Amino acid sequence: MLKQYSFEKTAVQSFDAQTTLALKTEDLQVFYGANHAMHDANLGFPKNQITALIGASGSGKSTYLRSLNRMNDGIATVTGKIWYHGVNINEPNVNIYEIRKHIGMVFQRPNPFSKSIRENIVYALKANGMKSKADLDERVETSLRGAALWDEVKDTLDKSALSLSGGQQQRLCIARSIAMAPDVLLLDEPCSALDPISTVKVEETLLELQKQYTIIIVTHNMQQAARVSSQCAFFHLGHVMEYTSTGTMFSNPQIPVTQDYIAGSFG
Amino acid sequence: MNAKQRDRVATVIIDLIVAAVVGILLFLLVYILSAGLPHVSWKFITGASDPMSGAGGIGVQLFNSFYLLVLTMLISIPISLGAGIYLAEYAKDNWRTSLIRSAIEVLSSLPSVVVGLFGFLLFVVKFKMGFSVISGAVALTFFNLPLLTRNIEESLSAVSRSQREAGLSLGLSKWKTEIGIILPVALPGIVTGVVLSAGRVFGEAAALIYTAGQSAPVTNFSDWNPMDPASPLNPMRPAETLAVHIWKINTEGMAENAAQLSAAASAILILAVLLFNLGARLLGNFLYRRVTASK
Repeated sequence: MLKQYSFEKTAVQSFDAQTTLALKTEDLQVFYGANHAMHDANLGFPKNQITALIGASGSGKSTYLRSLNRMNDGIATVTGKIWYHGVNINEPNVNIYEIRKHIGMVFQRPNPFSKSIRENIVYALKANGMKSKADLDERVETSLRGAALWDEVKDTLDKSALSLSGGQQQRLCIARSIAMAPDVLLLDEPCSALDPISTVKVEETLLELQKQYTIIIVTHNMQQAARVSSQCAFFHLGHVMEYTSTGTMFSNPQIPVTQDYIAGSFG
Repeated sequence: MNAKQRDRVATVIIDLIVAAVVGILLFLLVYILSAGLPHVSWKFITGASDPMSGAGGIGVQLFNSFYLLVLTMLISIPISLGAGIYLAEYAKDNWRTSLIRSAIEVLSSLPSVVVGLFGFLLFVVKFKMGFSVISGAVALTFFNLPLLTRNIEESLSAVSRSQREAGLSLGLSKWKTEIGIILPVALPGIVTGVVLSAGRVFGEAAALIYTAGQSAPVTNFSDWNPMDPASPLNPMRPAETLAVHIWKINTEGMAENAAQLSAAASAILILAVLLFNLGARLLGNFLYRRVTASK
């Protein structure tokens, strides 16, 4: 039986004006019909850092993440503000297709297109009007290098992406996202379907990628959050309970529910 | 009986059922081909038939069957593709959508003779299209639409949601995702549907008697201008198909060797269907490999 925790007391950090935030939400609420899945999420994501969203299943962390690039459109009702470069992108008249080019996403299960490795990366680029073969080839190489996959696939670019291993497929999905040259990369439990060795590779890739991108990662795995992130937000039953630096989160959590979760009492 | 024995019995029963189905199919194939092929000659395949007795070759009818098939597919594939995409991706799950689905199912269970008479009254008489290839093609479209629409919808729905999310998350529009990513994956299933409905078109007689007509005017196979009345490509000319021809030989034909004629024509019809299926599968596999880079 899950203990009842108060949602009144939370410990959510805010950032001073010196910190550049890549993305920020203000009173973000998510409703699935009558089900209020996310309450008043006020989080800021510092540029070029990895922020981990942790919490038990059903805590709303994936729901929150999917709202950030408007992937919940047509699925859930999202109210509140999402600030990106001074624009509230949670407005009906915002071009969501343009937003998604700037805020990329990698999903829980690797979902490469059933196309060649090269075509996985260039398909969306071509759809956006990039035509020159040289440009496309260059983008294929840089993004595959960025995802630490280039050396493994450079000779088999025209083979089906589905012939890759799960870990390679997930890194291809990361490469596909960064090929669009986004600012922000959202990852929804990217390693939950991968074996430990592939997980290490993806984590190393993320640590390398934070030099260029702001990364927000949902994870079930607290060790993973501790390994890769510099900020960490704890979600519980649709509420953001605590948001602080990862070091503090794991050594000195402020709220009882966070303490219990970190100690492994539930979740 | 323990689990292992039960399993074995079930397997044997299933094997027997499959064997029965395959056996019946093989028997029919062998019977039709062995009865018909001895009477087939090149002259029979390419020659013209006598309008009164039905004796002679089946060249025009064979061409008509293929031409009618192509025209029917040209009309029905785009429509059912649109309808299938709509039902699979855009339609909301409400009473209007289920009404559309039921309407499609009702359409698929219409007797072909009813469709034929409907086509006769509407296209042939009312729209003054006459007994023509185009009237037949439109009538056959009514057969094809439900089957193809349903098949395309199911093939598209079977593609994982995660593929759609991947496309959308890259900033691709819903339409671009659908056409460029989902459709190629669904292609093998769609080809199967096209092959199945093509078989129906080849074999259909009742609906065509009233729409494409029962006469095969001699056509000039060196004239490929669709506007000329004698051209085989003219969609406004009456076009007896092979299946209708077989029906006619057996009911109204006055040829002395009617039995042999119809056996031979049936064998050719079967071979044509088999060839078409094979060709469609090869083409489908080729396209699938091209768009998905798989082996």
